[in-house]
Amino acid sequence: MACALSAAKEGVYVTLLERESSVGGVLNQCIHNGFGLQFYHQELTGPEFASRLIDDMNMENVKIISQSYVRDIDVRKRVAQVLSPDGAYEIQAGALVISTGARERPFGSLLIPGDRPAGVMPAGVAQRYVNLENRIPARKAMILGSGDIGLIMARRLTLEGVEVVSVLERMSYPGGLTRNIVQCLEDFDIPLHLSTTVTGISGDGRLRSVEISKVDENFTPVPGTSRTIDVDALILSAGLLPQVEDFSDNLEVDPMNRGFLVSNTCESSTEGVFAAGNNVAIFDLVDYVAAEGWIAGRHAALFSRGVNTSGDRVPVFRGKNISVLVPGIVDMEEHLRLYIRLRKPMEKGVVVLKELKIEKKFSYGVPSEMIQLVVNRDKLQPLMNYGKLTVEVQ
Amino acid sequence: MEGHITCVICPVGCKVSVRKEGVQYTIEGNRCARGEEYARNELMMPKRILTTSIGVSNGTLPLVSVKTPRPIDRARIKEIMKEIKNLSIAAPVAVGDTVVEDIDGEGTPLLATRAVSCNGGREKTTLPT
Repeated sequence: MACALSAAKEGVYVTLLERESSVGGVLNQCIHNGFGLQFYHQELTGPEFASRLIDDMNMENVKIISQSYVRDIDVRKRVAQVLSPDGAYEIQAGALVISTGARERPFGSLLIPGDRPAGVMPAGVAQRYVNLENRIPARKAMILGSGDIGLIMARRLTLEGVEVVSVLERMSYPGGLTRNIVQCLEDFDIPLHLSTTVTGISGDGRLRSVEISKVDENFTPVPGTSRTIDVDALILSAGLLPQVEDFSDNLEVDPMNRGFLVSNTCESSTEGVFAAGNNVAIFDLVDYVAAEGWIAGRHAALFSRGVNTSGDRVPVFRGKNISVLVPGIVDMEEHLRLYIRLRKPMEKGVVVLKELKIEKKFSYGVPSEMIQLVVNRDKLQPLMNYGKLTVEVQ
Repeated sequence: MEGHITCVICPVGCKVSVRKEGVQYTIEGNRCARGEEYARNELMMPKRILTTSIGVSNGTLPLVSVKTPRPIDRARIKEIMKEIKNLSIAAPVAVGDTVVEDIDGEGTPLLATRAVSCNGGREKTTLPT
């Protein structure tokens, strides 16, 4: 939506294809507050953030086609095959932006032994049931994974009268933001068990109990630490995966981010095809996603008008202690907005942009909280002498 | 007395240190004024913004999401949730509509955060100014 809006403001004609019956995506079910402080300078809930964008998008040159499914896209010709209630047709675009977001890591990929009963679901699905469909999916639930969605759902289910037994995290530190540990768990006395995971599932038809165990640093269960806990729901918050599936044959994907490889102009490996948001990397804040969408929209609009906005480019390399790193390419024509995720918690550290001789100190760095760095495009020229940018944390 | 409080007001999550010297509290580490207020409240009476949803009759959606525009007494949230459970409102609802005038006895209203139109109607999407 941010992308459609910024492209429209450049004066081009924008078509927004949406699979659901209303736009907004996951924002509609994220009814908690904490969104929009950077993008709108105001604290909003998810639905409020979405409706502000919807209001702003009420422009003559923006057309929203909801309940439409993109069957295929020819990224070179920029032609999309669309199925919608109006029929099947093709749309030829001057530029294309893919903003497919992310999906939750599915239960099947966790390889937990045992039965496969009803009652095991990703946190986002539980959130959809509770916040949009008015259904309570549990009486007594356990949450596996301490990502933000899991923490938010621990609170949400508690408020709706579900007994949340505990939240388990296989790592030795929590996966979500500290503020969510405080306001979602500590406020409601929900225990968080670190270095603990689910090692067995039993139930005939419906989940009856789970077996939990302590794990060592290699995530191997420690013998003699397992116990069985009766619950009728296991809510998974095991992380998000960028949704690149339908395009990964044609567009380059960064193996660590698991999302599209993009430049700081949000252009993918194919000219005229842009990507922004959680399909590039999993971002902490919707504000980052909207800000990136805004940049993608502007560059897509300029590209479609035949304005060449791309300048000289150099690749970005990961130095030590870095997992997620966006972007993968620096374009000299645009400011550089770097998003960095640490590989492990660090009490103190310095982000070093080697070739630019820029350093930024931080304290209490954790993988769950991205570090953002902005470098003005006027300062990027030295990169041309080196032909690359190396980012590392010391 | 000395301790750390993680401010939950915004996603920055400042680590605020609180030190008591006699009757005075020294609050440090907050990057904005709201952090100081939060830390003070945390010591006296913890407060939270409540976000939840309320049933809608005759709407295009079964629920409308709602919030308190300001933090309310954390200790009373459970009891307030029970009250909210028994409430429902009729569509249409616009963003910013007052759903309940006073939810905590302190004059804090409950405001709709999403538009829900009548079955078959169009959604209103106005926001509070």
